[in-house]
Amino acid sequence: MTDAVIDQPVTAKPEIETPSILFWRKFRKHKGGVAGLVVFALIVLIVYVGPFIHTIDPNKIDIRAKNQGPSWKHPFGTDNLGHDMLAQVMAGGQISLAVGLTAMLLALLLGTLVGVLSGYFRKLDGPLMRLTDLFLALPLLPLLLVIIMLFRDTLRAAFGPETGIFILIVFVIGVTSWMHTARIVRGDVLAVKSQEFIVAAKSSGMREHRIVLRHILPNVLSSIMVSATLGIAAAIITESALSFLGLGFPSDFPTWGRLLFDGANFLQLTPSRVFWPGLAISLTVLSVNYIGDAVRDALDPRTQAR
Amino acid sequence: MRSVLATALTILSLSTAPAWAARATDGEAKILFWQAVSSMNPYLSGGSKEVYAASIVIEPLAGFDENGKMFPRLAADIPTLENGGVSADRLSVTWKVKDGLKWSDGSDVTAEDVAFTWRYCTAPGGGCAQRAKFDGVAKVEAVDRLTVKITFDKPTSYVYGPFVGALSPIIQMAQFKDCIGEKAQQCTAANFAPIGTGPFVVKDFKANDVVSFIANQHYRDPAKPAFATLTLKGGGDAAAAARAVLETGEFDFAWNTVIEPEVMDLMLKAGKGRVASAFSTTVERIHLNPFAVDPSLGAKRSTREAGPHPSLSDPAVRRALSLAIDRDILVEAGYGAGGKATCNVIPSPDDFASNGVDWCLKQDIPGANKLLDEAGWEMGGDGIRAKNGVRLAYLFQTSTNSVRQGTQQLVKDWWKEIGVETELRNVPATVYFGSDPASPDTYKKFYADIEMYASGFETTDPAKFLADFRCDKIPSPNDGWQGGNVARFCDPAYDTLIGDLNNASGRAERAVIIKKLNDMLVNSGYVLPIVNRGEPSTIANTLVDAKINPWDTQLWNVENWKRGR
Repeated sequence: MTDAVIDQPVTAKPEIETPSILFWRKFRKHKGGVAGLVVFALIVLIVYVGPFIHTIDPNKIDIRAKNQGPSWKHPFGTDNLGHDMLAQVMAGGQISLAVGLTAMLLALLLGTLVGVLSGYFRKLDGPLMRLTDLFLALPLLPLLLVIIMLFRDTLRAAFGPETGIFILIVFVIGVTSWMHTARIVRGDVLAVKSQEFIVAAKSSGMREHRIVLRHILPNVLSSIMVSATLGIAAAIITESALSFLGLGFPSDFPTWGRLLFDGANFLQLTPSRVFWPGLAISLTVLSVNYIGDAVRDALDPRTQAR
Repeated sequence: MRSVLATALTILSLSTAPAWAARATDGEAKILFWQAVSSMNPYLSGGSKEVYAASIVIEPLAGFDENGKMFPRLAADIPTLENGGVSADRLSVTWKVKDGLKWSDGSDVTAEDVAFTWRYCTAPGGGCAQRAKFDGVAKVEAVDRLTVKITFDKPTSYVYGPFVGALSPIIQMAQFKDCIGEKAQQCTAANFAPIGTGPFVVKDFKANDVVSFIANQHYRDPAKPAFATLTLKGGGDAAAAARAVLETGEFDFAWNTVIEPEVMDLMLKAGKGRVASAFSTTVERIHLNPFAVDPSLGAKRSTREAGPHPSLSDPAVRRALSLAIDRDILVEAGYGAGGKATCNVIPSPDDFASNGVDWCLKQDIPGANKLLDEAGWEMGGDGIRAKNGVRLAYLFQTSTNSVRQGTQQLVKDWWKEIGVETELRNVPATVYFGSDPASPDTYKKFYADIEMYASGFETTDPAKFLADFRCDKIPSPNDGWQGGNVARFCDPAYDTLIGDLNNASGRAERAVIIKKLNDMLVNSGYVLPIVNRGEPSTIANTLVDAKINPWDTQLWNVENWKRGR
C-alpha cells in the first residue's frame, strides 16, 4: 500500500511543480474541501448575481401579498409586511458575507501581527501574550454591546448610517476575534525561529524584518490560512448573533441573522422565513470550515515531504 | 426545589396563622414582564413596568376597578362633596386612612406617611417622575393619626389626582425619610424593596431580571392573597412572553404581549390561555423632536439649549409626515382587532374624547408632496427633499418589538414616497423604557429625530396625562431626564389652558377644555397619534380572577388571583 503511493510520482510524467500547482493538486484530494469550495462559490454566485435575475427590490413592501408561501413570483414566499424573501436572503447574504470577509481580514492582520511579534521578539512576548489573555478573558457579547453604544453615533455622523454601522460591526468583530490566530501563529513562529536556516539567515547579516517576511511568514502560512477560513465562519455567526439580539444593523437592513431573528416568531406560519436564511448560514459556515480543512492538509509540510 | 420551598412557606404561613386558612394556599403565581423591571419605586421611574410591579407592594389611597369606578384602597371611603370629604369651595380634600392598617413590617399606617409621600415627591432635586400628580397641591398635612388633608392652590374640579391610582402610591415614612431630594436615587435598598401595604412583599429583587414576592402577613384581608409566592420575571420579547403563557404554560400572566395578529391566533390554538385587552386610553404615537439632536451638540442635544430642529420645526413638514401615513394599514399589519386608527391622543372616556381632528385618518401622499413643494422643500437628485442644505433625513427610533419594527418599515416606505429619508433604529425595550439616566438610548432622552412608543393615562381622568405636555415638564439633564413631556411639546397657550382645566368645575366644562387641549397637541404636529390600541395581556386558563383593567395597573387585583381547580 505504502509502496504504491511512493511509486506513483516516479511513474508520473515529470513536470515542474510550482508551489501553487502542488497546493491545488493536494487540495483536490480532499473531497470535503472541494465540495465546500463548490458550495461556497455557488452561494457567493447566487448572492451577488441572483439579484440581476430575480429583480424584486428587497425593501419593496407589498402589504397585500403578506405571509405567502412559495410561488413562482416569490420562490421563498413573503414575510408579514410583504417583502420578497428570496430578494431579502440575497441582499442579506451580500452583507453577511462582506462582514464575514472583512472582519476576518482584520482579525487575521491583528492576530498575525501580534503572533509574529511576540513569537520573534522575546521582549514583546510577555506583554503581548498577556494582552491576548486579557482579550480572551473579556466577555465578548457585553463588550460588543458597550462598544456599539459608545461609538455608534460618532461613526454614524462620520460615514452615514449604513457604512458607519458596517465599519463598526466589522471592527468590533475583528478586534474581538484575533486572539486565537495570535496564539497559533506565535507557537509556530517559536518553532520555526529555532531552526538552522533562521540562524543561518541571521548570521549572514539579514535584517530582522527581512527574516520575518522572507523566512518566517511563509512557514507559518498554513496555520494563518486555517485561521482565516475559521474566522469567516465565526464572523458570520457573531454578526448573526448580534442581529438576532436586535442589535447591529437597522431593522430594514437585511442580514442573514436579522432575517432569522425576524422570522423566528413566524416559524409556524411561514417556516420558509427561517429555513432559508438558516440554511444559508449553516451551509456557508460548513463549507468554509471544509475549505479550511483542505487548505490545512494541502499546506501541511509533512504531506509535502512525501 | 421551588415547589418544595413554596410548600414549606405555605405550611409555615398556615401554622403561624391558623385563622387565615385561605391565605397563601395556592402556591406560586408566575408573571412575565418581557420589559424587565429596573426599580420598585414608581416615583423614580416613569415606565409602566415599574409602576405595575410596584403596585403589587405599595398602594394609593384609592384605585380604579375594571369599569373605571373609584374604590378605596388605603382610605376608609372616597371623600365627596356630599360626605363632606371635599370642601364646598373645592380647595381641599380630606382623606381618612383605614383604621388598623399595617405596613408589611407590622407598624401602623398613619396620615403622616401620606403627607410624607407628598414631601418625598415634591422635594427639590429628587426628580420625581410622578410630579405632575401633585400639580396644584399647596400642602398635604396630617390632621390627626388617620386624617390627611390635601389643600390646593386654587379651587380644583378634579380632586382625585394625588394618591389615587397606581402612579402615586403611599410609601412608608420610616423607610424613606433619609431618601429625600438628591439622595432619592441612592437609597437602593428602599427603592428595590419598599415596605408596603399590598398583598405581597418583596423577598428578593434583581434589577432587570427577576423579582420574587411572598404573601404579606399583615395584609388587611386575612383571607388574601391566595398565592403564597409571586415571581415576576423580566426579559425576552413579546412573542416569547405570549408563548410562555399560551403554548408552554410556564407562566400564568404576561403583560403587554403586542405581537402580530396572525402569530397570536396560532398561539391561541393551543387552548392554554386567553388574550385580554385593556382597550382604553393607550395610543401608539410618533413624536417629532422639536429640538436639534445632532451628536456634535453633545450634552445639549435634544434639549431646549440645542435650538430648534432644522427641519421638523417647519409645520408643513410635520403635517406632511402625518398625512403620508396610512393608519389603517398599520392597524391591519400589526394590531388586527386590537387596534383602531386615530388622530387623537385622548381616545376615551367617550365624553372626553375629541372627534374634531380627523384630517390625518386618510392617507394623502399627493397632498403631502404638495405641502412640501409649497413650503420650498425641493426634491433632490437622490429622491430626498432639501431646502437651504437641510435634507429631510431622519433617525427614527423605537423599542425592539416585531410589530413596531414592521410599523417603522411601513412608515419609512411611505415617507420615501414624499422624499423623506428615514434611518431606523430599535433599542431593547428594557433599555428604551429604562430609568437609567446614563443611557443614551432611553425614550426620555430622545436622541433621535423621531421616536415611537405608546402610552395612555392610568386613571379615568386625563388631567395628569395632559399636564405632562407642559413646557416645564420637558426632560433635561437638570431633572435627571425624569420629566414627563417626552414629546418636548411647548406652547404657552397650552400651559394656560392646563391651568384652566384645574380650575374648571363640572365634567362638561372639563370635557370642553380636554378636547381643546387634545386638538392643540395633535394639530401642532409634534405628536402624531397612530393607533388607539389595547394593552394586551395573556392570561393562563388556570389563573382565576385576573381581570384586565384599563384604568389602573394591570395587576390591580392581584390579591384576588387564585389557582383554578
